[in-house]
Parts: sequence; structure tokens; C-alpha cells
Amino acid sequence: MAALTRPFRRRFLRRGRGAAASEAEQRAAQPDLAPEQTPVEIAPNDPLLAYFQSAGEAVDIEELELDSPALRELKAAGVKLAVPLVSQGELIGVLNLGPRLSEQEYSSDDRKLLDNLAAQAAPALRVGQLVREQEAEAATRQRFEQELEVARLIQQNFLPKKLPDLPGWQVAAYYRPAREVGGDFYDVIPLPDGRVAFVVGDVTDKGVPAALVMSATRSVLRASATRLIEPGVVLERVNEHLCPDMPAKMFVTCLYGVLDPASGRLRFANAGHDLPYVKTANGVIELRARGMPLGLMPGMEYEEKEAVLEPGESVLLHSDGIAEAHDPDRGMFGFPRLKETMAGSPGGQKLIDSVIAVLEAFTGPGAEQEDDITMVTLQRSAGAAIVAGSANGTVLAEFELASEPGNEREAIARVEAAVAGTGLEQARLDRLKTAVAEATMNAMEHGNEYGADRPVSIRVLSSADSVKVQVTDLGGVTELPEREAPDLEAKLAGRQKPRGWGLFLIEQMVDEARVTGDEGRRTLELVVRLRGGDDGDT
Amino acid sequence: MATRELEVTLQERGGAAVLALHGDVNASAEAALQSAYGKATSGDPGAVVLDFSEVEYINSTGIALIVGLLAQARARDVEVRATGLSDHYREIFEITRLADFMTIEEEEDHA
Repeated sequence: MAALTRPFRRRFLRRGRGAAASEAEQRAAQPDLAPEQTPVEIAPNDPLLAYFQSAGEAVDIEELELDSPALRELKAAGVKLAVPLVSQGELIGVLNLGPRLSEQEYSSDDRKLLDNLAAQAAPALRVGQLVREQEAEAATRQRFEQELEVARLIQQNFLPKKLPDLPGWQVAAYYRPAREVGGDFYDVIPLPDGRVAFVVGDVTDKGVPAALVMSATRSVLRASATRLIEPGVVLERVNEHLCPDMPAKMFVTCLYGVLDPASGRLRFANAGHDLPYVKTANGVIELRARGMPLGLMPGMEYEEKEAVLEPGESVLLHSDGIAEAHDPDRGMFGFPRLKETMAGSPGGQKLIDSVIAVLEAFTGPGAEQEDDITMVTLQRSAGAAIVAGSANGTVLAEFELASEPGNEREAIARVEAAVAGTGLEQARLDRLKTAVAEATMNAMEHGNEYGADRPVSIRVLSSADSVKVQVTDLGGVTELPEREAPDLEAKLAGRQKPRGWGLFLIEQMVDEARVTGDEGRRTLELVVRLRGGDDGDT
Repeated sequence: MATRELEVTLQERGGAAVLALHGDVNASAEAALQSAYGKATSGDPGAVVLDFSEVEYINSTGIALIVGLLAQARARDVEVRATGLSDHYREIFEITRLADFMTIEEEEDHA
């Protein structure tokens, strides 16, 4: 009987001078076309319903005796004959006929004709009903899709159209909404003093409500970012603005950072968002700062932290759509896997590409994306300090050397010639020469394995107060070979190999030594100040 | 500037065997250094003196060779001294703590 709860199946005409039920139903569905024809409702518990359903032929209304309100109504309306329309055991309509126009009774031929008609009309009517149901469902679906489209439009409208061009930095971003748009967003805001603010956020909930809250958050963030300096204060202000109007059970997580492109300093605060990762020469680390999500309660404070991105290092801001993605067995992608992926790939666009590739391999082909996926990554170019610096960064020499034992002497000679005019003190020059020799040997031996077609590249740069030498090999990994701290006693006693002095010497000889790498290249960068201070050289 | 293969001249000075080194102390110096050290210690000298006056270049492999010599000398209780080191290489001998295990003579100055 459940099917009978659909109203149009229980509507019948009061006066139906031979009118077809299907036509009558259409009118019932469009009452403005036939206002005089009020359908008779049969209540679900009316015995007439069961009677019609099992009658199997035209029913004489006048002779029928049942305690049925609907039957009384039909009689009152002057209905003589009712022809039930039954399809697959279900009553889907009734043909109600008044008196014949000839005022004679209905003959048995008439009844046979009507029964035949009913037998054919019922399935046709059923098909018509199904088509209409499907149309109604399609309309509902379309409304849903339209809503999603609106959410998508709002969302995309508020994402940055292009990313800023930062000299010495590679900036890349990725945003792919789930079908049922989540509330992810990101933003890049150039600040008046040359610094740049970066935001990645996620609004709870999905669809239009999330998109609207996201657009409000983004607007308040933009307004606050340009007026306030400290990331923690910016988040405080945004929280105060959002709290009064935030819909119940909604909030926004958000990571907000301000980068000084010249120095690589990144100040950041976090409103309950996933921790960003920094890839350094020593592995991938998390940037932690405490803070509650935005819009939950007023008066919140946000811890502020600072990190420095050295040349070659990169930071990744991301949303939970990555770590919380599932594989076909409902296993979660998880943060460790994301961290691992970052450790194993260069920065910039390539990092984003490899995260997407690993994620897609994990979720399996054709899997529907569960949540929005958002990434923003900033990589400081190797040697960025020189490029980005204002008054420094002259390239004094740039050359390649074949990886053959002894060629480090050639490297020393050419570096010495290159820095001749810089005013580098003799003692400091000697140290630089030793460091360059060791770095070159290391590159030839460990990075290039003395490959005939694997040269070492050397670049000599000068700034106002220092000389920098970059020794690059094709060693692919950013870590230098493992080393134990050289311990002379242990070596003399035979507990350590006599070798293993190279990296130790390099570190002792220069003011700064660091390793950077990208795409199968590894650079050891040596910096020596032109003049000494307190470190005891004569 | 090409590598200068190490040549070692063995001299005797006041009861000590002096190994006068000419050239680079690097990987290719191993054979020359070992053989000279062997000859020097066969006469059971009071001390072995490494004279670096004619050495322009010592690298980490060279340091390792010197560590090796020093280990052998300590095993046989032979004193090892160094002379003729430039300021730069004296600093390296100090940083590596070689200077703690061998006397650095300063009578010659090769700054």
C-alpha cells in the first residue's frame, strides 16, 4: 500500500462523463486547467481501495454497499460505473463514468469494452507515472548540481588568479575541489613592505554554506593582512570578525605565514590547521604553532613562530584532503606518507606533481576524490641569497672539471685566480683553498664516482663582505655521506679508519657550509668572509 | 696547477731520521711516504722528522696518511716531529689534533 501514498494515484473525478482517468489525472496535476473537476480522495484505510484493487472488472457504484466515505462521495457525484486501473497488482487509477448519455444502463458489451480499455490503459498509465517520477528526480538532482556549481564558482572566484613572481623563489599552488565542493581555500597576499603572506585554510561543511564562510574568511584575512604585521595578530583579528556571524557547528582552520623573500624568514601562526612541512638538508620537519580554529569562540590567542628557509629548502602548506584520503580498503593516506613523499622529491611544482601521483596511486584508479585537495609550496632557489640580494651577487667564475683524481688542484688554482681582486685575507684564502679542494674531491668521488661523463661544476660568487663557492655534483641526494666525527685517538688506536677528514676540514675552514640539492644535483656551498673577526687567524 | 708527485729524501740530522718531503701530500703520496718511513725506522732512529718545507699542498687523504704513519710510530714508540709547516697547515694540524701527538718544530717560517 505504500505506493498509494502518492497523492495522484488516489485522485478521482467526482463527475467523469466518460473522461479517461489518465487525462483526469493530468488535469488534477494542473488544477488551474480544470478547476471544476475536484478529485475524490480515497483514504489509505478506505475499504473501497481494497475492493477496487481486487475487483478485476468494472464496478457498479450504485449497487455497491461498503462503509466507505469515498464510495459515498462517488455516489453523491453521480458516478454509475467505476473501472479500476490495475497494473502489476497495484491500483493506479480509476475510470469513473456517470450515466450514459442515452440514459440507458451500461450493457455487458459496454462493460467488456471498458474492461479491455482498462487492461490496456493501466500499463500505459503506469509508464507515464514512472516517466514523471524520473523527471521529478532529475529536477531535484539538477537543483543539487546547480548548487554545487554555485559553490564551485564562489570558491574559484576567491582563489588567486595568478601567483606572485618572487625572485629567487619558486611558488606553486594546487587546488582541486571534490565533486561535493568542500571549503578549502588558499591565498597569496603581497604586503606593502615586499613581504608576502601565504594562507591555506579549510572550512568545515561542504557546498554553498562552506563557500560563503570561506569567502567571508578570505575577505577579512585580506583586509587584516595588509594592515597588521604579526601573523598571530592577524588570526586573532580574523577570529574576532568571524565569531559573531559564524553558523552553528561551522569553523575554519587556517595556516597563515608571512615570508620575507630576501632573508627566507617565515613567520607563521596556525588556527588548528594541518602542520606545514619544511624540507631541509637534514630531512622533513613540521612547523608547529598552537591555536584554535577560527570562528569557534572569541578572545583566542595564536602562538607565533619563525622558521628560516635556507637556499634549496622548501615549505609545503596543505589541506587534510591529502592525508585523509583512503585507499580501496579504507586505509588512510596519512601524514607520514605525505612527509615521505616530500622528502623524496624536489620542491616547487615537482613536489606537487609527485604528491598527486603518489596520492592517485594510493586511492586507486577512478576513485572519487573525497575532499578538496589544496597545496601551496614555496622553494628557495639554491643560491637564492645571491640572486635575491640587492647589492651583492657577482659571479666571478663558473667552470666545470672532469672527475679525475688530482683535479681538485685545478679547482683551487681557478678559485684563487677568481677571488684575486676581492681583498680576501691570505689566511682566509688558504682556508678557502683547502675547503674547495676537499669539496671538489668529495664531489668527484662520492657525487660523481669518478664518472668520465660526470663533471663537477664550480661557481665562484662575491658579495660585499664574503666570497661564496658552490661545488655541484650529480649526486642526487642532498645528504652528504655518513660520517663519524673524526677522533684522532680512535684513529691512532685503529678503532677508526685513518680517513674521514674531508667534511670535518670543510666545516672548520669556512664560515658557512651548507648542502642544497635538486633533481639529481647536489651543491655544497662554502662561504668565507673577506676579513676575520675573532676566530684567531693571524 | 697539476699535482706534484711526492718525492721523499731521507736525511740524518742529530740522531733523527729526517724525511724531506717534496711535492703534494695526497693519495698518490702513499707509496713514497711508506717506503721512506720504512727505511727511516729500519735504522732505529731516536725520532722521525717530517719536513714539510717543500710541500705546498696537503689534503684530507694526506692527513690520513700522516695519521697512519703516526699510528705505526706510536706502536713502536718512535717519536714523530714535524717541521717546515706553513701557518695554514700548522692550523690544520692543530684543528685535527695531530699537533697533540707530534711536536711541531717552529725554527723555519713558511707563512
